[in-house]
Amino acid sequence: MVDALTPVLSAHWDSDRPWTLESYEATGGYSALTTAFALSQDDVISMVKDSGLRGRGGAGFPTGMKWGFIPQGPEKDGTVKPHYLVVNADESEPGTCKDIPLMMATPHTLVEGVILTCYAIRANHAFIYVRGEVLQVVRRLQRAVQEAYLAGHLGTDIHGSGFDLDVTVHAGAGAYICGEETALLDSLEGRRGQPRLRPPFPAVAGLYAAPTVINNVESIASVPCIVRNGADWFASMGTEKSKGMTLYSLSGHVARPGQLEAPLGITLRQLLDLAGGVREGHQLKFWTPGGSSTPILTDEHLDVPLDYEGVGAAGSMLGTKALQIFDDTTCVVRAVLRWTEFYKHESCGKCTPCREGTWWLVQTLSRLEQGRGEESDLEALLDQCDNILGRSFCALADGAVSPITSSIQYFRQEYVDHLENGGCPFDPARSTLFAPAEALA
Amino acid sequence: MTVSTGPTDEAGPLDATTVAELRQIIARYPQSRSALIPMLHLLQSVEGRVTARGIEMCADLLGISAAEVSGVATFYTMYKRRPVGTYHVGVCTNTLCAVMGGDAIFERLKDHLDVGNDETTPDDGGGASITLEHVECNAACDYAPVVMVNWEFMDNQTPESATRLVDDLRQGKEVRSTRGPRICTWREAERVLAGFPDDRADDGPAAGPASLLGLRIAREQGWSAPPTEHAGGTQNPKEGS
Repeated sequence: MVDALTPVLSAHWDSDRPWTLESYEATGGYSALTTAFALSQDDVISMVKDSGLRGRGGAGFPTGMKWGFIPQGPEKDGTVKPHYLVVNADESEPGTCKDIPLMMATPHTLVEGVILTCYAIRANHAFIYVRGEVLQVVRRLQRAVQEAYLAGHLGTDIHGSGFDLDVTVHAGAGAYICGEETALLDSLEGRRGQPRLRPPFPAVAGLYAAPTVINNVESIASVPCIVRNGADWFASMGTEKSKGMTLYSLSGHVARPGQLEAPLGITLRQLLDLAGGVREGHQLKFWTPGGSSTPILTDEHLDVPLDYEGVGAAGSMLGTKALQIFDDTTCVVRAVLRWTEFYKHESCGKCTPCREGTWWLVQTLSRLEQGRGEESDLEALLDQCDNILGRSFCALADGAVSPITSSIQYFRQEYVDHLENGGCPFDPARSTLFAPAEALA
Repeated sequence: MTVSTGPTDEAGPLDATTVAELRQIIARYPQSRSALIPMLHLLQSVEGRVTARGIEMCADLLGISAAEVSGVATFYTMYKRRPVGTYHVGVCTNTLCAVMGGDAIFERLKDHLDVGNDETTPDDGGGASITLEHVECNAACDYAPVVMVNWEFMDNQTPESATRLVDDLRQGKEVRSTRGPRICTWREAERVLAGFPDDRADDGPAAGPASLLGLRIAREQGWSAPPTEHAGGTQNPKEGS
């Protein structure tokens, strides 16, 4: 029986200066390089496939399979293109806050994962695309890469293996859309971050039109423990199709918010119990399983297994495991309007349904939130959502309609209440962390 | 390493040191245009914003048009076409932080500083100026409500703590990030983002209390990942520190 919490990635976050090379190596860090270099590249890919590791950035695509798509050997015209690894460290999905603490505390876990991954996919240059708005994380990554070069973990002929690798830390400049993998590639090429049409997929034509693997920080940081401890060890945690441990991020109206690393398949009820429950004196109203782009759920879903299949069967998505908890003081219409304003701001403007559609969604929702609309506006809103969903190059617009359609599904009456009340029936002061006791009574 | 904090003279050419550093950024990449985003960060650290001559310089060095550079500079939120103050204060007003108090903090700061969104307090000559902006989710939701100063975390804020924070900044008092070092200026921060480290990586904690929630519970309960076959397994938190 596996324990309820299984700290692996977070196991050393409270050590003395765990971001340093010295601290990381003292706990076995970089020992997986020796193991991997004794294996063939294909054997490392097989090991990650066998572990069952799936992408931790939201989509849940099997990581080893993604690596296996990188074409080996020369192109049809006889040329050999370089391969690239790009780490998506642009953590920006509302509610998501797992990769930032990981890179802050133990950036070498990511760097070791980068080396192992590049060895497996035969890449000699990797980029860590980190969002620009996290200065201390950028500093810690820069330092970790510098230390890894000085220790001979990066550079030419790493530990006599004949394998060469350069790593570049690249700070972004503030654009949610760059978390979308093909927009990230355009941004890394020095352009506006706008998604590309697929196919071709990045595995065939990614960065500089060369074969490219793009993985989330947590996915890459999970590779060292798999190489060190074996695929079976990793797969002994989790559920049948969702293997391993992962970081769950609890935020909002929780007694003790924070990061909890557990086997995939734990439930929100279990996590809330560990975190002291919902804010004292209040009830759970709604929550997101994996960021604002995943349809909201309610207290009916407390026992849904938080793995890829379980959350999917409940009508949402596991996403980034960003569990944003809202209690009964929160107005769902206000919450949804704010997310919608976010998607409107962050739409890159490339696809018309998203660029224009998110603007219309904000107009319609604002009227409803102010109690100025009519009940038929709800049908208009759902019709707009129907005209936006699935009609753009990337998933931003799909994410934009998720909170709207799911909130109308579960809280239709609350929208109507705004109309009957001539405005929002909630007092926003009661939902704040610093709400005075009398306001909460 | 020094960062210019004086007034920007846009009439003349960019200084030779800056041009040399822009070339250093280009040399990091297999294809030169990839350098554009960090180049614009460096120009902001030198000029306090993205200027017309900065755009021309990027275009010249990369062999692309000024319109292409301008298209990039206007796409990303962190690039500013108007001068930014000594400190950039960003209040998260995405849904979770807004509900937890971010909206109230932002309203209080607008009132206290007498500026609107994306506006800068007047430079009275002696003190420090502040640019106030509401920002989107900054990946610190377990520390909501969150305020960022020059993209350093100020966790678990209230209207009162945020008011003290901006007053301390304006009065030149030392301010430390809750998960980071002493707050530097916005221009110094932009230089780090351009890839020129400032040797502050070792400052601040490894993690805040929320980041350690699960680890602490696991230690109390004696929970860990399954044992590994080889000795010296590193996955057991009971073996740690």
